[in-house]
Formats: sequence, C-alpha cells, structure tokens
Amino acid sequence: MSPAYTPLLQRLYTGRGWTVIAICALVLFVAVPCANLLVPPSSPFHLSAYWVSLIGKIMCYAIVALAMDLIWGYAGILSLGHGLFFALGGYSFGMYLMRQIGADGQYRVNMPDFMVFLDWKEFPWQWWNTDSFLWACFLVVAVPGLLAYVFGYFAFRSRVKGVYFSIITQALTYAAMLLFFRNDTGFGGNNGFTDFKRILGYSITTPETRMVLFVVTGAALIGALLLARGIVTSRYGRVLTAIRDAETRVMFCGYNTVNYKVFIWTLSAVMCGVAGALYVSQVGIINPSEMSPANSIEIAIWVAVGGRGTLTGAILGAGLVNGAKSFFTVAAPEYWLFMLGLLFILVTLFMPDGLVGLAKRLHAKFTRPRAGAASTDAPTAARPAQQDA
Amino acid sequence: MRALISSLLLWLAIAASSAWALDQDAVRKLATGDSDERTAAIAALLAEGDTRTSGILQAMHDAELFIAGDRILIVRNDIGIDALTGATVSPLPEARDEVAINNRVRRELTAALAALNLLSADPKERRSAVATLTDGAEATMLPLVRKAIETETIPDLKAALEMVRAKLEISSGERAVRLAAINKLGDSDSPTTKTLLLTLLAKSPEGQYAEPDAGLRAAAEQSLRKVEGRLAWAGRIGLAFSGLSLGSVLLLAALGLAITYGLMGVINMAHGELIMIGAYATYVVQTLFQSYAPDAFGWYLPVAIPVAFAVAALVGMLLERTVIRFLYGRPLETLLATWGISLMLIQAMRTIFGAQNVQVENPSWLSGGVEIMSNVVLPWNRIAIICFAAMVLIGIWLLLSRSRLGLFVRGVTQNRAMASCMGVPTARVDTWAFGLGSGIAGLAGCALSQIGNVGPDLGQAYIVDSFMVVVLGGVGQLAGTVYAALGLGVVNKILESWSGAVLAKIAVLAFIIVFIQRRPQGMFALKGRAVEA
Repeated sequence: MSPAYTPLLQRLYTGRGWTVIAICALVLFVAVPCANLLVPPSSPFHLSAYWVSLIGKIMCYAIVALAMDLIWGYAGILSLGHGLFFALGGYSFGMYLMRQIGADGQYRVNMPDFMVFLDWKEFPWQWWNTDSFLWACFLVVAVPGLLAYVFGYFAFRSRVKGVYFSIITQALTYAAMLLFFRNDTGFGGNNGFTDFKRILGYSITTPETRMVLFVVTGAALIGALLLARGIVTSRYGRVLTAIRDAETRVMFCGYNTVNYKVFIWTLSAVMCGVAGALYVSQVGIINPSEMSPANSIEIAIWVAVGGRGTLTGAILGAGLVNGAKSFFTVAAPEYWLFMLGLLFILVTLFMPDGLVGLAKRLHAKFTRPRAGAASTDAPTAARPAQQDA
Repeated sequence: MRALISSLLLWLAIAASSAWALDQDAVRKLATGDSDERTAAIAALLAEGDTRTSGILQAMHDAELFIAGDRILIVRNDIGIDALTGATVSPLPEARDEVAINNRVRRELTAALAALNLLSADPKERRSAVATLTDGAEATMLPLVRKAIETETIPDLKAALEMVRAKLEISSGERAVRLAAINKLGDSDSPTTKTLLLTLLAKSPEGQYAEPDAGLRAAAEQSLRKVEGRLAWAGRIGLAFSGLSLGSVLLLAALGLAITYGLMGVINMAHGELIMIGAYATYVVQTLFQSYAPDAFGWYLPVAIPVAFAVAALVGMLLERTVIRFLYGRPLETLLATWGISLMLIQAMRTIFGAQNVQVENPSWLSGGVEIMSNVVLPWNRIAIICFAAMVLIGIWLLLSRSRLGLFVRGVTQNRAMASCMGVPTARVDTWAFGLGSGIAGLAGCALSQIGNVGPDLGQAYIVDSFMVVVLGGVGQLAGTVYAALGLGVVNKILESWSGAVLAKIAVLAFIIVFIQRRPQGMFALKGRAVEA
C-alpha cells in the first residue's frame, strides 16, 4: 500500500467501508430526524427527545474517543488530561450561550446571573467579544489548541514521555479544575454555566433546534472519523505509528519526532474542544467537574474497550461504555463503579486490543481455519489494525 | 434621699463587727440595687479584695443569694448564712426573695470571680484566673491584680500578672506608672497588646493624637515595634510548623509510592485507596475499643498502627498477585487497571461503611497542643504525625539498606535477570515489596485519620499530590522524596499565606509541571546509563 498513488477515497476506506458510513449517515441525517420530528409520539417508531439527546451526547463522547485514539492508539501517548480540552471547548462555547440568555436571567439584567450575584459591573476580559458566534467558534478551536500546543511543545521537546507525561497531564487538568472552581476566575465557579435559552437567536429547547444540533454533531463525528482515517493512513500517520513503536529509531532515521507529536497532540485537543462545544449546547450544562481527573481517565477506557489503534473501536467503545453508564447509573447506581472498575481491569488484562481486536481474532479463526494457527495479523497491543471498516 | 440612705448604711458598716470587714454598703447594693449600682458594688468589693467576697459573688452567680426583710442571706443546702455578719441563720425565714441578675451583671460577676481567684491558695485556680484576665481585665480589677502580684510566688504566673497590670496601668494613673507599663508591654507577644498600643498611637481625623504626651507616644512606638517583631517571629514559626506538618503528611502519603512506583516502577493509581483502607482500619479498631474496652480507649492508636499496616499490606499483596503481576513492563496498562481497582475499592467502602465520612476520635493524649507563644499553638496530633513520619522514614531506610529483603528488593530493581540468576525469588520479592509499599500507605491512612475526615474519597485527594512528590523528588530516590515532600509542604504553606489555599495549590502544580519539563528526571536524577534503560 503506497499512499501517494492511491486516490484519497480509496485510501480511506474500501467500498464496503464507504457503504457502512453511508448507511450511518443516512440513519443520523434522515432516519433519526424523521423518527423524532415527523413520526407521531404514539407510533412505535417514534424516537423520544431523551434518546435524541442521549445519542447526541454519546456522539460527542465518540469524537473525544477518536481524539484520544489518535494520540494514544496511534502515537502511544496516554493523555489523562483530555477532559480538560473537552471542558475548555465547552466553556468557550458556553460563554456565547450565556451571552445569548440576554436579559432573560433571574435578575433581568443583560449579564449572566452569577456575575450579578457576585456584584460585577462589567464583563471580565475573558468574556471579550463572546456575544459573537464566530468569535466563540474561534475560541472553541483556539483555546484548547493553544494550550495543547504550548504544553505539548515544551513537554515533547524535553522528551517527557510515557507515564511521566500521563501524570503531568493529570496534574494539569487537576490544577485547571481547581482554578475553574474559583468564583474569581470568572466562569461561574462551582455551578459553571447552565440555563441556556437561545443559540443564534433560536430557542435552544425546541425539538427542531435540538435536531439541528444533533445533525451537526453527527456530521462532526463523521468528519472527525474521516479526518482521523485520513491521518492514520497517510505517510504522516505511518511515521506516527513508528514513533509509538520505536521512537529512538525514528529519531535516528532523521525524523524530528517532536513536530509529529506536537501536531497530533494539538489536533487531538482541538477535536476534544469541538466535541465539548457540541456537548454543551445539547446537554445544557458545563461545570468544573468535567475537568476532574476521573473523567479524563474514563476516556481512556472507552478507547481501550473498543480497541485502541482502531478508529471504529474508539467510536464503538465510547458508545458501549456510555450506553451502559446511562443505563446502570439509573438501574443500579451502587454497582456502576464496580462494573466500571472491573471493566478497567478485565480489558487491560484480557482484551488488550479491545472488542475490535477480539472480533478480528475470532474472524480470523473461523474464516481461515487452515491459516488460523499461524495467523500473523492477530493484532498485538503495539500494532494497530490496518483495516477497519 | 440616696445620700441619706448611704450615710445611714455607712454608719451601719462602721457599727458592724470588724472581724467581718466586708463593705456592707456594697453588699446591700449588690442585692438590692439596679444594674449600675451592682456593677459599682462589685468593683468596690473587688477593690477591697476580701477573701469572703468571692463567697457572696459566687452565691449571687449561682442564684443562692436571697433577701429576707432587711437581711441578705446565702442559702446553700438549706443552711442560711447572713451575708453581712457571717452568722448562721436558723431557722430559715419562710419569706425570702431570690436576687435575680441579668446578663450584664452575670458577666461582671464571672470576671470578678476570676479576678478573686487570683488570691486563691490553689495554683491551678490562680492559673486559670490569670488566663481569663489576660485578655479580659478591667480597670476596676487593678488593685486586686496589684495585690496578687505581691503574693504570687510562681514566676511565670507573676510575669503574666505583671503583663495584666501593665495593660491596666497603661490608661490610668500617673505618667511614670504609665511609662513603665508601656515599656513593660514591649515584652509581650500577644496580638491584643498590639491593638492596645495601636489605640494609644491612633490619630483622629483632625490630626489629634489619642495620647497627647509625645514622650509616652515614643515609648509606645518602641514597644509596638518590639511586639510586632515578636509577632512576626511567631507567625514565621507557625508557618514553618504548618509547612513541616503538611510536608510530613505528603511524605507519609508518598513514601509507599516511592517504593511501589519509585523502586518497582508500578504505577499504582490505587495507592490513595490503600491509604483510605488504612484510615478505615483505624476507624474499625477505634470502634472496637469503644464498644469492648472503653477504659483503654487511649491505647487504640498503638493497636491501630500495626493493624492498618497489615490490612493495607494484605490488600496490596493480593492486588499484586491477581492483577499487577500480569502487567509488569506495561506501565500505561498498569495505570488503567489500578485505576479500575481504585474505583472498586472506593465503591466497596461506600457499600460497607456508607458514603458519609466516619468519625475517628483523637485519643485524649493527642488532643490539645503545646503553646510556645501566646498566639502560636502547636497541636499534639500534628507533632505526633511529624515524629511518626520520621520514624516510618527511618524504618524504611533501615529495611531497605540493612535487611535481607531490602537487599533483594534493590537487587531485583537494579538487575532483575542477574538477581534471578543469583537465586533471588524475584516474583516473591515483587509481592513482598509491593506489600511493603501498600502497608506504608496504610500507615499514612492511620496518621491521616487523626487530622482529617475519613471517607471513601480520602485517597483521591492524595493521589495527585503523592505522585507529584515522587516525580519531583526523582524516581527511585528515597532522599529525593523526603526533600520534595518537605519542600512542597513549606512552599505550599508560604504561598497559601498570601494567595489563599486554592491559588497556592494551583501555583505548586504549575511549578511542578514546568519543573518536570525542565528536568524530567526529577530533582535528584540517577546518573548514568541506568536512566535510559
């Protein structure tokens, strides 16, 4: 496979892969909106608002999982701070949503309630121009991106890697959480942002607006998947994988590994920021607990469950773990932490390649019984699958 | 009219027997007057300083003072004593009214009783009286205080009393006395003295000094400077102590990690939960003592220490055998798996003990503290933790450098293959070493239970901190861990004193993040090829 001579579409996915993506797109862009908006609630085919918002939320998580998979599955860098970038994107967009409330807050003043409550007379500098939608979109990309770039540049340049890197990203998100818990930081302290009313002038609570947000999120997810796929199948992606497997050797081959790592790290953070912005507008709340170290580690387990080093695995893992979470935190809240903990242990011990790896191994065993014993492409923890559809 | 009555009473007072030398006028006013008169009467009785005064005041305070006709009686256990003559009154008059007092008078009475205790024969009572008066003396007590100084024999009590006298004399009396008092106050180390001196130096908006005498002002200024200097020192000592205390807590939390992560290279995210298990073990021991041996409650801590160690060590060894062993050499996977373990342990504790914090009481010998200056009190439990951390540190050092297990652990971490060739059972050494690290986490939990809340989330608060300490100190370096823990503790407290707790914490984290980027190997890096291996 030589990427330079393959047309882009073929390089990304085979025909079967494109078919699957088209079906997914059809479901997200046509079937779900119809089932939610056009089918009457009495019909068994009706999709309730609860499900729309749940699927929307999980799609945001799936984007985060993709971002995590790029940096962890393909570049071998485990970040325990991706929750921070997610939250930063959320806060950036949340500022815009807070400004859109206008004078409809509890105090009937053209200012967020918490600022009135703290007796602030004017907006602090962080809020400059945040009533502009475009500026908010810029911030969603720029804030996580800039932080990731600066942090990543210095960390990778000093060759901080492995567990060290994981631990300082954890310290970073922990420090940020403490910072955002303060009222004086200017982002609503404990309570964060909530009670949004409008987006671009439209009421944010109507089913139509929510469906638009849902479709945008779906498009973002598919876009993120194709982008990630484009990266990992490119020449750049192969160098990245090489860095993961033997960084010193890649360096000795003449590659400047720092640039490769900083780029993927920053891109990953930006993807998280976008996901955070979409998440906030659909879920309607953002607060500093999103930055807690526990949340960030959970992202890693989504990827691990699905299978790291495979993009579909990341999406699958995010969907399964979060689906299970929303089910069990309602049905048996006291057992959810047991299950999550057990999931962490069992997946790392027995399924190093996640569900996708497991499926591949089974597939190889049953379809090619003659070659099964010598199956060379049974993936190992260190090797990503070349094809995933 | 009032003049007539008072002259009459004066005559009565003179007529009364001299053996019972109480100011009868004052006693009458005490019983029958209004609040102002009563206050004045208390002051008059105090000035007299008679030992029997306290009997009357105490009776009044305890609602045992009665008026029967023109007689004032102290009735205790159905035996009446005439307050004026001291004679026993028998039988008790049926018609008698209790002397009712309001809050203001009650307050005056309490202070006066304390002042009278200055003359008590019991040194303990005198000491508590001095303590009460140190910040609450009133001008009316001055004669009494002077009298007490003359008779006082215990040196430190006498010094304290002289300070009380100086505080009173500063605003009354002739210039020489006041000057002496002001100079005397320069030896004080209490914040109230500072406020007192400041009021003397205060300037009204019109530019008028509260104290017109420039000489006194100069003396006050000098004394103030001395007091402030001493207060600043007290503040510094307090800061250093709280920094040391925080540092020793961090050290205890991080020492176990210095073994499991520093020496063995296992990223144990459940380390905080092992600390929590130690704290809960202490709680269980405490509860058992409460229900089965309440008399020996003070001894529960010495029992809890080995129990906490053993429980945490067992849990740690179990984890090593069942999970961690299969992940050696895969640090990121270890991180995730141990995080899973920590979630399960937290939930297990919630299920067993409930989500609320549990109550762990200090044994009586750990409550209270030692007062080194009037505003610096070092709590015993903090002092104990500092000593405990030092002992644990010495213990670990001895174990690692002097014992056979320590030798094996060092051998296995330095060169596993070679150690194995020499016949060291490496797998078993791993288990023991991990158990040791976990046990020390349990000890940390036992110590933390004495100074903070014990709840299922206890460990979460320490996990980031303890990793920071180990990483900052340099992996594999016991000494580095010690310097990092104490340094972080002191720096944190210093920052806290001028930027608040949260910002200090953020600043410290930011510092560590930057520091790691500059020196990824920590403060005390191992030199040579071993680093990259």
